[in-house]
Order: sequence, then structure tokens, then C-alpha cells
Amino acid sequence: MTATSRTKARRVPMPEQPPEQRVGNFREVPLGYTLEQAQAEAARCLGCKKAPCREGCPVSVDIPAFVRLIADGRPAEAAACIRQTNCLPAVCGRVCPQETQCEARCVLQRRGESVAIGRLERFAADFEQAADQVYLPTTAASTGKRVAVVGAGPAGLTVAGDLALRGHEVTVFEAFHKAGGVLVYGIPEFRLPKRIVQSEVEYLERLGVRIELNQVVGQSVSVSDLLDSEGYDAVFIGVGAGLPVTMGIPGENLCGIYLANEYLTRVNLMRAYDFPAVDTPVVRGSRVCVIGGGNVAMDAARTARRLGGEQVNVLYRRTMDELPARAEEVHHAQEEGIDFRTLCAPIEYLGDDRGFVRQVRCQVMELGEPDKSGRRRPVPKPGEQILIDADLVIVAIGSGANPLLTRKTPKVALGRYGHIVANEAGATSLPGVWAGGDIVTGSATVILAMGAGRAAAQDIHAYLMEHSNRGAGDTAQPEPAAESAAA
Amino acid sequence: MNAILRKNELAPQIFEFLVSAPQIARKAQPGQFVIVMADEAAERIPLTIADFDREAGTITLVMMVVGASSWKIAQLGTDESLFAVIGPLGHASPVSAGGTVVMVAGGVGTAPVFPIARAFHDQGCKVFTIQGARTGSLLFWSDRLRSVSDELIVTTDDGTAGRKGLVTHPLRELLEQDTARDIRCVYAIGPTPMMRFCALTTQPFAVPTTVSLNSIMVDGTGMCGGCRVEVGGQTRFTCVDGPEFDGHQVDWETLMARQKTYHSHEQCSLQRVPLTAGN
Ligand SMILES: Cc1cc2nc3c(=O)[nH]c(=O)nc-3n(C[C@H](O)[C@H](O)[C@H](O)COP(=O)(O)OP(=O)(O)OC[C@H]3O[C@@H](n4cnc5c(N)ncnc54)[C@H](O)[C@@H]3O)c2cc1C
Ligand code: SF4
Ligand code: FES
Repeated sequence: MTATSRTKARRVPMPEQPPEQRVGNFREVPLGYTLEQAQAEAARCLGCKKAPCREGCPVSVDIPAFVRLIADGRPAEAAACIRQTNCLPAVCGRVCPQETQCEARCVLQRRGESVAIGRLERFAADFEQAADQVYLPTTAASTGKRVAVVGAGPAGLTVAGDLALRGHEVTVFEAFHKAGGVLVYGIPEFRLPKRIVQSEVEYLERLGVRIELNQVVGQSVSVSDLLDSEGYDAVFIGVGAGLPVTMGIPGENLCGIYLANEYLTRVNLMRAYDFPAVDTPVVRGSRVCVIGGGNVAMDAARTARRLGGEQVNVLYRRTMDELPARAEEVHHAQEEGIDFRTLCAPIEYLGDDRGFVRQVRCQVMELGEPDKSGRRRPVPKPGEQILIDADLVIVAIGSGANPLLTRKTPKVALGRYGHIVANEAGATSLPGVWAGGDIVTGSATVILAMGAGRAAAQDIHAYLMEHSNRGAGDTAQPEPAAESAAA
Repeated sequence: MNAILRKNELAPQIFEFLVSAPQIARKAQPGQFVIVMADEAAERIPLTIADFDREAGTITLVMMVVGASSWKIAQLGTDESLFAVIGPLGHASPVSAGGTVVMVAGGVGTAPVFPIARAFHDQGCKVFTIQGARTGSLLFWSDRLRSVSDELIVTTDDGTAGRKGLVTHPLRELLEQDTARDIRCVYAIGPTPMMRFCALTTQPFAVPTTVSLNSIMVDGTGMCGGCRVEVGGQTRFTCVDGPEFDGHQVDWETLMARQKTYHSHEQCSLQRVPLTAGN
């Protein structure tokens, strides 16, 4: 392809399950590129020297290099190339907001459509797994140092992988009976199949990471136990945000009203969509109201639609322009027949005599002056209320910091809202303890949690090596593992 | 996986399990609970820790078969394993020395009451315990309760053992006789209606009354909000804010309605149960 034909070529469209079909199943919506499609898409890349796309990536994946490898028909090598800086490529290729990160910076974006970097990342990772060609880097020689990672979400898994590569002995403690964090309990199967998370976790186990499930740190063992009696040299805390916010309005505890975390956990982790073949039930509603406008709300609405929701409304207190969810998710939701009722805020839930929700009373809003975030603040329109019928309500208005572990770890300093205070490298106020991901930043993204994990792993490694070669004089840290991984 | 070292049927449909769980045993305190999964496809259900042995690394769980999930656990026998046991969860009972305490144990509530009564007893408190059941054959652990109580009063609804009547009758008598106001608190643990009526009984006497709520749970770590209850007009999470709450502040109507959320699902699961059992 010549340079002009490259810039003129359109993005290769992603094959998808048609909406009328997919609302009846939980299978993945985008089906993934074929090799031919991926090569055609990869051929659009200009291979820019400065590669602005890379700067948009929180973990600096070498985008032009891996895209080139796909164009050349070497997808397994492309995957290995991504893995140098991103240990969850099949996940990130599916759930990262590329449109605001790498793809937003792509030079082709200004001339039309950016290279479909996310789709290509997914293609390379899926190819590698399907072909069973997952590249396993050699880990560095054992350092004899032991690291405890608390929480098996993207932050914790990244730390675990990075430190195992550098020769440390890593144990991950996870409260749930499955590793993956939000990737297994929050994000639905139709967006991120569980087997993908499972194989990423298995990859880490092959690197030598040990995962101890069903361990609620702070309850069964404390952070200070880990450092003292359990003999770990360092601890990383990546427990996620995980404290759902309630609105405190009348009727919010009626049956059939879920906080999004519970609804999604029942359906995803506990597979309630398969009830009674599995034991965990979930309330199915035909008239559903989802409160909130973020990605979690989109996931909840699309899940409820698949579980028999005939009329699924997303109630959002601002307008479509302020909707925080990714454009792609909103688009998919709309295709699936989900209605958006904007400028609408619930103020009360009304139930029947058995205590089940029947209606949502909403206050009609209008946009007023901009608030601190720069978005125009919704204010109530006096005297305008509406009633919406609902037999299932899912509240997705955000998460705070879960205090379960932090209240048992008083030496780790917290911010005003209970999040852990950590520096750029993830170090907390307690020596030997690092933290990263949503428990530090508040609800953010998979890739930011991974980026935080990566930074912390680097710092933990430096700390561990300094503590073992004290006086060796060399402060620059050689990184044999990282290099052998790149080779 | 946690091995079941011993299982026995304490009363019809009430089972005691001795479970290997060294880490939980090491930290467990009276009043705390665990989340149990029978197998990979099972529900996550909360069970109170009825006893623990730190040296042996074991905990004791007592469970009544009430639905498909507890039925499934009851099918497991000695030398089999539970897929997951997670804990200890929730706050420990705030046990301190001095005064008189009244422990009221209704039905299977005997199990969680026992370690709390023992802790008060070990602190030198005077412990009155009232144990109630529908009928005599459903009583268990009366000897254990007696061993940690200054006095044990047994009641049955049908009079087949102990006094005939409800636990609230002796409870009211104890409070009425307590003119010196030695009774500093009442603990009531058992079926929700029983806890509610105990709280109603103690209210006029203004004696602090603690109940241990059995909400439906999923994670047990404060992440999902499924266990929310209303206490003192506020939404609280049973798993991390409780499981013990001030019985005079609990919104019982909401709790009982929420406990029936999956009533219709339960019928559906139960239909499946004998089929599985036949295979
Ligand atoms: C429904 C939903 C959809 C989302 N969609 C997207 C998306 O499309 N793209 C995107 O980039 N981001 C998305 N996010 C956000 C993203 O998932 C999070 O930012 C990310 O998972 C944070 O990673 P983490 O490792 O910090 O925490 P988590 O993923 O929350 O993992 C924390 C882990 O720690 C465990 N844990 C908690 N407490 C303890 C304890 N005391 N002891 C042991 N283990 C403990 C938890 O069980 C959990 O497994 C979504 C979030 C939700 C809820
Ligand atoms: S900016 Fe776009 S065209 Fe340039 S290297 Fe990155 S992906 Fe390719
Ligand atoms: S059981 Fe999930 S928050 Fe309590």
C-alpha cells in the first residue's frame, strides 16, 4: 500500500453478533478479526517514527512494532511484543477505552479514522491463545525474596507477573473463589469472556505465581502478619474500590433493587443466568430501570436485557452529552433496544405489599451552572416528577473505597475518602507496603490499574534488591528478566 | 477446599460439621461468620462460627436444612470437602467483664450463641441462658450451653421439653425480677421473628439488646450490598457493619421481606433437589 492509499483506506469493520440475536445470549458481541482482516487493518498503519499512539498508552505498548508484525503475518510474535509491557493483552484489547488513549493520538485520526489498535491487540492475543503459542519468557534466577499481593484484579496480577519474571516468589491472596477482580465479577461475559481471564491467570501461574483463593486479607490474615509472622519481604495492596454507594432515598432496600456490584456478581461470577443449573438466583425483571450513566450502568442494562428485560431504561440525571460511558457501549446498548431517559433522577422507590419494587418516582432535571468537573450541574425542575414502572432496579452510581482491609492496617495512611495514599511508584506510608489500582485512584480503568501495578513492581524490585545487596554500590538496577523477556 | 473431619446430625435436619480451616480457626472470634460454598456451582451462604479450636485448626459449623443450598451442604459427609470456606467475617461480639447478661438462643441460633455465652462466662459475667425450640427433638447442645451458663432455661412451643411456651416468656420474667438492674445486655439469636419479638420484649425495660442478622449475602466483604438492612433509619451492610446490631433499631419488616427475595426461585431449586439426590 502507498502512503496515500493507507490514509484513504477505511477501517476494517469489526464483525459482530447482530443485536436481535445477541440479546438472547451471553456470547461475545464483537467476533474478532480474521487474519486477512487483521492484516488489512494493520497495513493502514504508517509506522510513524515518533508514534504518538504509544504516548497515549498508559503502559507504552510498542504499537507500531506489533501492528507491523501483524501486517507481516506474524501474529504470535505480535502478541509476544505486546506482552513485553502488557501482561493482559486479550483483556485490554477488549475493554480498554482506546478511543481516548492510543487511538485518539493516532495520526490517522486527524485524517479520518485511526488504526483500530484495540482490535488488533485483541486479534494478536486471541491468535496466540488459539494457536497455543503463548510465549513464556524465562524468569530470572530466584532471588529468595517473597512478595505478597493482596487482590487478584488487574493491578495485583500485573505486579505478580512482573515480580515473578524478576525471580521473586509471589503469592496472591484473593478474597473470592476466582481470580480476576472486576474482570470476573463485574464485566459481563458478552464483553469479556471468562475463559480469557482464566487463561491470563493460568499464564501467570505458569510463571510461578501462586494464587491463594478465599483469603480475605485483614480478616484471615493481616498485612502486618504477612510482613512479620508470614515472612514476606514486601506487600502490594490491590483490593480495588469495591464499596458500592447508595443514594439514601426512601424504598432503596425493597426487593428487586440491586446495587450494580451485586447484580453483576450474581450474573457473572456466580453465573445466575444459568439458574437453576447453578444455585445462585437473580431477580429477573421485564421492566427494568438502571440508575447511572457509566460503563457499569451499560453493563447492567445490557445484562438485564439478556435476562428478559423487555423495557430497559437507563435513568441519567444529565444529558447524553455528559454520559460518562464509552461511546461504543452506549451504541451497543442502543442497538439492543435500551432506552435512555436523561435529565431524570430517582427520588423514591414504591413497592407492593410483599416488599418488591413496583415504581420509581423520578425528579425531572435541567442543566444549570457548570460544577467543579466543568460539567453543567443538573438541578431539579420544580414540581416536575414522573413515575416509571419497574420490577427490577439496578443502581450504578459509583463505588467508594472498601474499608475492610484498611481499617485493620492503621499504619497505611488514607486520603479523605478512604483511598490509600501512595506515591507515583505505589509506595505507601508503611515501609514495605505498596498499593495501586482503584483502591488508590478510585474507580478508574483496567489499564491504569495495570500501569500502577507495573510501576509498583519496578519499585518493589528495586527495594528488594537494595535490601539484599546492601553496600554492593551499584544503585542502577539491572533488569535481567525484563531483558530476557524482550529477547 | 476444606475437609469435613466429622459430621453428625444433631437433630432432624440440623447438622454439625467439624471443618479443617487452620487460618480461620486462628483468628475466629465469637460472633463472626464464614461464607461457605458446597461446590463450584453452589451459592455462597453465610454460616456463623459455632466453635473453633486454634490448636487443632478446626471450626465447627451448625446448619439447618432450609433450602436447596443448605440441602446440598448436608449431602456432604465426613472425609468430603467444602469447595470454599471464607472468613472469619464480620465484627466479633464486644465481650467485656462484669454484670449479668441474658443469652436467648432460638432453634439453630443455639450454635452462634454458644461461643458468645462462653466468652462472657470466661470474663466472669453472670450468664442466664434461655434456649428455645419448636419441640424437644430439635433441641441440641443444651449441655454445652449449661456448662457456660449460671442458669439455663429451656422452652419448647409444644411443651415436650422444658417449659411450654416461647422464649420471650422467661425473658420477660428475668427482666421483671431484675429490680436491681444487674442485667446489662440481652443477646437474642435465632429465627428472625424470634429475634424481633425478643427485641420487642426488652424494649420497655430499656435493656440493650443485640441481635445477629441472617441477611442473604454474596461476597461477605462489603463489596456487593446484597446484605443491606435498615438500622436506625440508615442503610447498613450486615457482613461488614454487623452481623450484630441493636435489635431496637432494626427495621424488621424490610429484613424479613428481603429474606424472601428468592422465595420463588427456591421452589424451583427444591424441585430439582430430589432428582439430583436420586442419581
Ligand atoms: C461493571 C464494571 C465494568 C467496567 N468496565 C471497564 C472497561 O470496560 N474498561 C476499563 O478499563 N475498566 C472498566 N472497569 C473498571 C476496572 O474494572 C477497574 O478499574 C479495575 O478492575 C481496577 O483494578 P484493581 O486491580 O484495582 O481492582 P479490582 O479489579 O477491583 O480487583 C480487586 C481484587 O481484590 C480482591 N479483594 C478485595 N479486598 C480483598 C481483601 N481484603 N483480601 C483479598 N482480596 C481482596 C477483590 O475480590 C478483587 O478480586 C469496569 C468496572 C466495573 C465494576
Ligand atoms: S500513530 Fe497510528 S499510524 Fe502512527 S504508528 Fe501509531 S497506530 Fe500507526
Ligand atoms: S454480602 Fe456483599 S456487601 Fe455484604
